Amino acid sequence: MNGIRVGGIVLALIGLLAAACGGVATPAPVAKKLIIGFTASQTGAQNVASSKQTEGIKLWVDDVTKAGGIKLKDGTVLMPEIKFYDDESKTDRVQALYTKLINDDKVDFLLSPYSSGLVKAAAVVSEQNAKVMITAGGADDATMEQGFQNIYQVYAPASRYLTGAIDLMLKLDPSIKKVAIVSEKDSFSVSVVTAAKPYAESKGLQVVVNQGYDTGTTDFAPFINQIVAAAPDAIIGGGHLPDGTTLAKQLAEKKVTARFVALLVAPPETTFADIGDAALSIVGPSQWEPQTKYSADAAKSLNIAYYGPANADFIKSYTAMFKADPTYHSAGGYAAGLTLQKAIEDAGGTDPAKVRAALDKMDFMTFYGRIKFSTDPKTHGKQTIHEMVYVQWQKGSDGKLAKQIVWPTEAKSADAQLRK
Amino acid sequence: MSFDALVPSAIDGLMLGFVYGLAAMGLTLIFGVMRVINLSHGPVIALGMYVVYVLFTGVGVNPYIGLIAALVIGLAFGIAVYLVAVDRVIDQPELTTLLATFSVNLMIIGIATAVFTTTPRAVDISLGSVGTGNVTILGTHVVAVVVAMVVAATLYAFLFRSRIGKSIRAVANNRAAAELMGIDSRRMLALSFGIGTALAMLSGGLLATLFAFTPLSGGTYEVKSFVIVVLGGLGNPSGALIGGIVLGLLEGVSTVVIPVSWVPVFEYAIFILILLVRPSGLFGSRT
Repeated sequence: MNGIRVGGIVLALIGLLAAACGGVATPAPVAKKLIIGFTASQTGAQNVASSKQTEGIKLWVDDVTKAGGIKLKDGTVLMPEIKFYDDESKTDRVQALYTKLINDDKVDFLLSPYSSGLVKAAAVVSEQNAKVMITAGGADDATMEQGFQNIYQVYAPASRYLTGAIDLMLKLDPSIKKVAIVSEKDSFSVSVVTAAKPYAESKGLQVVVNQGYDTGTTDFAPFINQIVAAAPDAIIGGGHLPDGTTLAKQLAEKKVTARFVALLVAPPETTFADIGDAALSIVGPSQWEPQTKYSADAAKSLNIAYYGPANADFIKSYTAMFKADPTYHSAGGYAAGLTLQKAIEDAGGTDPAKVRAALDKMDFMTFYGRIKFSTDPKTHGKQTIHEMVYVQWQKGSDGKLAKQIVWPTEAKSADAQLRK
Repeated sequence: MSFDALVPSAIDGLMLGFVYGLAAMGLTLIFGVMRVINLSHGPVIALGMYVVYVLFTGVGVNPYIGLIAALVIGLAFGIAVYLVAVDRVIDQPELTTLLATFSVNLMIIGIATAVFTTTPRAVDISLGSVGTGNVTILGTHVVAVVVAMVVAATLYAFLFRSRIGKSIRAVANNRAAAELMGIDSRRMLALSFGIGTALAMLSGGLLATLFAFTPLSGGTYEVKSFVIVVLGGLGNPSGALIGGIVLGLLEGVSTVVIPVSWVPVFEYAIFILILLVRPSGLFGSRT
């Protein structure tokens, strides 16, 4: 009896011990929320392009969520959650809303609005509050030359927007001599022209018209009359989507016969073709196009990492989710999300100092292209390596207008053509 | 300076001037008849743009037919605004009526922005163009000029040939005496405000066929209207039309010599000059 009792007690103790050991299961990964804030221009002049950027961001969140979240080395899983408001395309709304996002909504990281003017306003608020912000939709050089420590630019800077167009133009028709520049008088377009004009002149071109128009201009007749009088071979300029589209339309209505026309922002947008034949042969700089060939192989040959989905996968999931073609605004939004994701993974957490350090070190490729930021104190965070492509609207064999990449030659999907 | 651009710019400015003049006629009529500076003039022009836009995109009505709707809605709206906002304060000092119409201005902009947002809209019609060499004239501009001329002529005939028109002019001349002659002055005032608003909405509708717009687009045209009203003589509708044409012409021609963004400065300089040198306007005021 004594032996059995002892044995029973021992067995019970062993059982308890086993239960105790077995009961401590490996903890399931705790999914933490990662709150990302930004504003979108759901109304106002920047509405169309901004919506594309927001769609890109939403797709990124969707893809990350489907993959189970952002997985850190220590086992933590972060689930991104976006919080955004309508900035009505106005800078004062951006300032108020970013302050709200930081103070009231207590976001972890920020993305930017669309369009350089609004990005600049958001950058000031983010920097003041030492919040890391990844910007898409803001190419203006001026914003990234303020010595900001927390702002990182995914778009190639404005100074590169039209220099490539000038190269393309001279390759296409070396006899082009006279150029007219008509552009919006906002910081972004001015940055573009400040770089483009001396570049054109250095290539032996004569700038015969150089005029700026106020934001919100709808009547380009005075400018077009001056252009017609100066009889240039080429016209470059524009600003954003509504004015660029209207300018292209009015150039066609007034039968302006320039052999080469390059406009900012508007031509790569799918709605640009709504103006019909007026869009024919118009060239525009783009941060990304569906036909670009950035891939894991390309990254390998450059000895850098490839991150995120393949180009074809991005296009497929975007089209499935939004029933429309992605534009470079969409790609920029997605790329901003990817950049943030990679930075958090590299940093092993959401500590702002560590994330900044990770962003400073980054040089990687995505479907959108290569991304690397300047670490020079004066231009900290400026995009140093992303390249632009140039598109042109051409009539396919089916008679329909389609966007083709015409420059640089390594990336082209069709030859550039002169405008009739 | 590029004088090759002079002829096309002058023609463009001249044609646009007709539309400016039409808008200004509405403003000057209201001021002439009841001494009220209608600060809701700008948003009403924008409302005209939206009437044409909504009918065109929503129901597929041709914009030029939509103009008739703009006219009718403008008349009804103007009478309503008069009865609600202006009638009670009509005998008060000018500042009170100014504030009354200004509050209507703010209400229209607020509601229009809430309903339509500030996303730019456009009415997409094209009527081809004619032209040689440097000069290309758009079909839509030609139609705008024709409509403006027809409406101006109709207004003139109405004011000077019809009984109601003469009653309106009588009230404008001397309200008390008109009452003594058996004219219901309140009704005439409401009608005049309605006509003034209708003209503003009509010009807005015409502008919609030419350029893109938002609820705030009326602002520039409102300011131009004030300049034209002073230029042509306060209360003088034919002066307003001619003043509009003159301003349009000046605008077009000045773009040849000065940068386009300085043209408004030039316009306001003219405004101040007229006020200083000939305050009754080029054609004399009728008040």
